Amino acid sequence: MDQSSKTGQERVQIHLSARATSRSSPAAGRPSGETRSKSREGWRDVLEKAACEVFEIMVGTSLGRVTEDSPPVNADFTAMVGIAGSLCGVLSLRTSSQSASRMAAKMLGIEEDEVGENVQDAFGETCNMIAGSFKSRIPGIADSCALSVPTVISGKDYALYSLADGERFEVIFSFEGKPFSVTLDLHG
Amino acid sequence: MKPARVLIVDDSSVMRKIVGRALRQAGLEMEQVLEASNGSEALTVAREHPLDLILSDINMPMMDGLEFVRQLRTIEAAQDIPVVMITTEAGEAHVVQALSSGASGYIRKPFTPDQIKERVIPLLRG
Repeated sequence: MDQSSKTGQERVQIHLSARATSRSSPAAGRPSGETRSKSREGWRDVLEKAACEVFEIMVGTSLGRVTEDSPPVNADFTAMVGIAGSLCGVLSLRTSSQSASRMAAKMLGIEEDEVGENVQDAFGETCNMIAGSFKSRIPGIADSCALSVPTVISGKDYALYSLADGERFEVIFSFEGKPFSVTLDLHG
Repeated sequence: MKPARVLIVDDSSVMRKIVGRALRQAGLEMEQVLEASNGSEALTVAREHPLDLILSDINMPMMDGLEFVRQLRTIEAAQDIPVVMITTEAGEAHVVQALSSGASGYIRKPFTPDQIKERVIPLLRG
């Protein structure tokens, strides 16, 4: 995962990429866009199942689906895990810091005011487990791509530009009434 | 079964706490729970403390779980300690690689206390 950022007075810009080959020379033998899209039918459902599994087992909570009148994801907490190999991209989670703290507290079986710095660790590990669960559910990719260590960003003052220029799969859940986004951005 | 001396290896302190809690929920009585955040630290702990069980992540900085278990098996006193890998990497090749490196078992994250009970507790000797 390549990252560069501008700090200081300017808004932080974070560029992400996770790839095994050069962007300008697509790997020979890779499927065409149309074939790829067809083979990726149902991946949004797989992403949803992966997130639900992790929350049910590790957080002890069932994720709900958002309704039309749900508020937009007002995220100031973002976790990302890069995927590289036969499948390249970035899996990200976004939610509010309050929801992230609540989630960490439930994972650890402690009160929210005791969570402290565990919140970044818990949020990053959750992202990592969702990426792993997703990967294990797609035939043929479990052994042929690797996951990066998680990166967690707190705060709202940044713009995210993913160099993954392919498909995007996003599922928005409700975690204890608050929106929670799980997104997979794929490269090529 | 006598209370176990356990080492939990993971670069995430949250995961170390969760694994420890899962062991207790699985009914394992523990005399001592030691922690390490990478394979290198874990080797130092394993050289200095008698252990009955090790649970280790694979993807860690400094030294990963596979290299850790390979080096652990070269320590005479640690050759028979059960080592269970707990990781998000669940492909068949990863499992084969872990077992051929010297691991005794493999559990995929996310895991339940029942999985710990079924796959970890039987590895402990009385």
